[in-house]
Amino acid sequence: MNPLEAKALNNWESHPSFVVRVFAILLALVFSAFVLLILGTSPLDAFALILSGAFGSLAKLAYVMTAWAPVLLCSAGLLVTFAAGVWNIGIEGQIIMGAVFATGLLQLLQDSLSPAAILVLAAFAGFMGGALWGMLAGALKLYGNVNEIFGGLGLNFIAGSLTVYLVLGPWKRPGIGSTSGTQPFPPSLWLPAFNGFQVSPIEVLLGLVAMALVTLALRGTHFGLKLRAIGKNLRAAFLKGIPLNQYMLLAFGLCGGLAGLAGWVLVVGTSARHNLFPLISSGYGFLAILVVLLTNLSALWSVPISFFFAVISMGSLQLALQRQLDSSLGGVIQGMLVLLVLVAKGFQSRILSRRER
Amino acid sequence: MKVELRDISKHFGPIRANDGVTLSIESGTLHGLLGENGAGKSTLMKILSGFLSPDRGEILLDGKPIHLHSPAQSIAVGVGMLHQDPLDFSALRVIDNFLLGSPESWWLDRHRIRNRLIELASQFDFRFNPDALLSDLSIGERQQLEIIRLLGLGVRVLILDEPTTAISSQQKEKLFETLRRLTEQGKTVVFVSHKLEEVRSLCSKVSVMAHGKITGEVPMPCPTEELVQMMFGQTVMVGKRCAVPLGDPVLELENVTVSDWRLEVKSLSLEVPAGEVIGLAGLEGSGQHLVLKSCAGLLRPSVGHIRIATQEMTGRPYRDFIKAGVAYMPAGRLEEGLIAGMTLIEHAALIDENPRFFVDWAFAAKTAAQRIEAYNIKGQPGTLVEELSGGNQQRTLLALLPSQSRLLLMEHPTRGLDMESTEYIWKLLLNRTQQGTAILFISSDLDELLDRSDRILIFFEGKIRIMETCGTNLLQLGESIGGKGFE
Repeated sequence: MNPLEAKALNNWESHPSFVVRVFAILLALVFSAFVLLILGTSPLDAFALILSGAFGSLAKLAYVMTAWAPVLLCSAGLLVTFAAGVWNIGIEGQIIMGAVFATGLLQLLQDSLSPAAILVLAAFAGFMGGALWGMLAGALKLYGNVNEIFGGLGLNFIAGSLTVYLVLGPWKRPGIGSTSGTQPFPPSLWLPAFNGFQVSPIEVLLGLVAMALVTLALRGTHFGLKLRAIGKNLRAAFLKGIPLNQYMLLAFGLCGGLAGLAGWVLVVGTSARHNLFPLISSGYGFLAILVVLLTNLSALWSVPISFFFAVISMGSLQLALQRQLDSSLGGVIQGMLVLLVLVAKGFQSRILSRRER
Repeated sequence: MKVELRDISKHFGPIRANDGVTLSIESGTLHGLLGENGAGKSTLMKILSGFLSPDRGEILLDGKPIHLHSPAQSIAVGVGMLHQDPLDFSALRVIDNFLLGSPESWWLDRHRIRNRLIELASQFDFRFNPDALLSDLSIGERQQLEIIRLLGLGVRVLILDEPTTAISSQQKEKLFETLRRLTEQGKTVVFVSHKLEEVRSLCSKVSVMAHGKITGEVPMPCPTEELVQMMFGQTVMVGKRCAVPLGDPVLELENVTVSDWRLEVKSLSLEVPAGEVIGLAGLEGSGQHLVLKSCAGLLRPSVGHIRIATQEMTGRPYRDFIKAGVAYMPAGRLEEGLIAGMTLIEHAALIDENPRFFVDWAFAAKTAAQRIEAYNIKGQPGTLVEELSGGNQQRTLLALLPSQSRLLLMEHPTRGLDMESTEYIWKLLLNRTQQGTAILFISSDLDELLDRSDRILIFFEGKIRIMETCGTNLLQLGESIGGKGFE
């Protein structure tokens, strides 16, 4: 039986077993080592550098935490859209729009209210910005018949261009306009940090709370149950009388909103640059897609895996600083991990279907 | 070319589509393959044309065993199939479609191919503009193109799978004439159909399939009754439900016309009182589904009115039909009815009639356990629905129907169930009719239709006859399904 035929006959998915997953991860490390060898670096040295780059000092760990929070928020959001069976590739744009809305609100109210109130309002604005952008992708899919992947990609580009326009145009720094971003906000509008540990408990806490709430919503509420029904069988869900459009838009809105919150974190976070700049989403949204794929939509596993990915992302910066290697090697390792786990999953279901014959 | 199939078996999961089929088709004849939908005809022909590989058995062409692994290979040995839904490329031009699949050199000699197309077409009086887009052609013309494409590839055995379902009667005449001419040229033609009259008028010999097996083989002409018996079995029974007290109208169809891309059901008027059971009979795809779906609010009639309990429902969304008390049970268990990847508890939670914000899992588990008990489902509340056997999935579908409904619309309510379960399920369903529920159900089981319905709507190519069940016997029903009395 060829894979397509097998797929046509078994329309449910198989989950890769634990052993298969561990094997895939080991294989990814071996391949990564191979890439490093080609580049003329000792793999052990590189892995050690990544680890020390992530855990070598409190400041470095703080950076990891700073990267972890937005990935957590986005992963939580993606659990919702994946549950509904859609690929929210537009999540990067949703982060950006969150950052744009948050920045806009901060600029508007900068001197009028207490900093805490402004920060909270900015968080709402960020959530709304991302949610609206997400729902736009959803609306394009539902009413314009545009696949959410293409719609999302297009909206990512538009959001990116919008930041360039804002940074060079209406929101440019006094005097000079440069792509390095808008005028940074004063420290009063930063999230408060621990002394000597440049990370705010609020960021990571927000991510963990979002993850917990999403898990609760998907498992415990009728909203989550129906959303999962839609994701697993659109037609059957429709026939059961579930209002598909409403639920789909809500899923996009929720995911976009959480991504928008990540955008807010990227503006006001402790180790952030405290302004709006092009590419502010930094690929965290795509990274979150990898996390959720790797964990097979498990919220529980998404927490440590997103942390692990943040470690690789931040740690691999050391490869650039100390070995003149490109820091995107971190991305290579992350990508390899996901690819191999997915391939292993594919192989496993193929072998299983062959055994059934 | 003589075709022999020996002991062919093929199963899909638990379903035996072909079960030890042996069939021999003489060279240069027009051989009919008759049977209900789901009898295994298409599977058998897909095996012969290399689309599917059999689990067991062998294929002999002119006495030589061959092993087919792909349609391309079977065309190379001379067997070509015209599929029920044309497998062509509507966005391409006629000439491009014609040359697709031909083992040409990498350079396309369009001039030569154009001449070949025109020459082949003129042999059969087909008229094509080689540069026309395929999407501008009718289904009949697309069939004609596919036939000469296959002939152009050197096919000597031509299989046609239900070729007449979507073409006009003139095109049908033309097709039959073409097929006769092909056999005169020495080609072998296998004509797969569920339409008795067509097979009778066209073929020189007919094999009948039922439940994956060959149930008979007769040379034509042969009386219709004999074919009906081979298709549907031997028993002759008579409808039983005669005097049933009926209530106010639950469903009214007034002059309803409904269609899809291949079929139209015209001007149907029907009044269904509370408590009545109506069977929709007919070979698959004769229009039953169109009517059932429009009653469910899933298909909007182009003309006419639908009323549920005297309430105007025409053009209202599906969810309004649900609110009005209509329950629809689809045939596709795992495709449309159940959600693979979810447990029985989750399914029970989904049908919670008064959902609050949080799911009451304890209540859902209780409901699931009750339904498992009541419907005798072999499974646990925590079992995933795809792990249930087909019959138990069917029971689950029935178990998930809302407890109160005015109108039950069901496709093949007892498919895959044994006699005893069927009896039990119908007892539950008839209990509902006592409380005023009306039932419309599609079935291909003639016994079931006669046994359970008060009236039967018989569909044939979109046309409808209404038959009182009382006193009707199986043979009359079978003949009507095959098209008798419709012309």
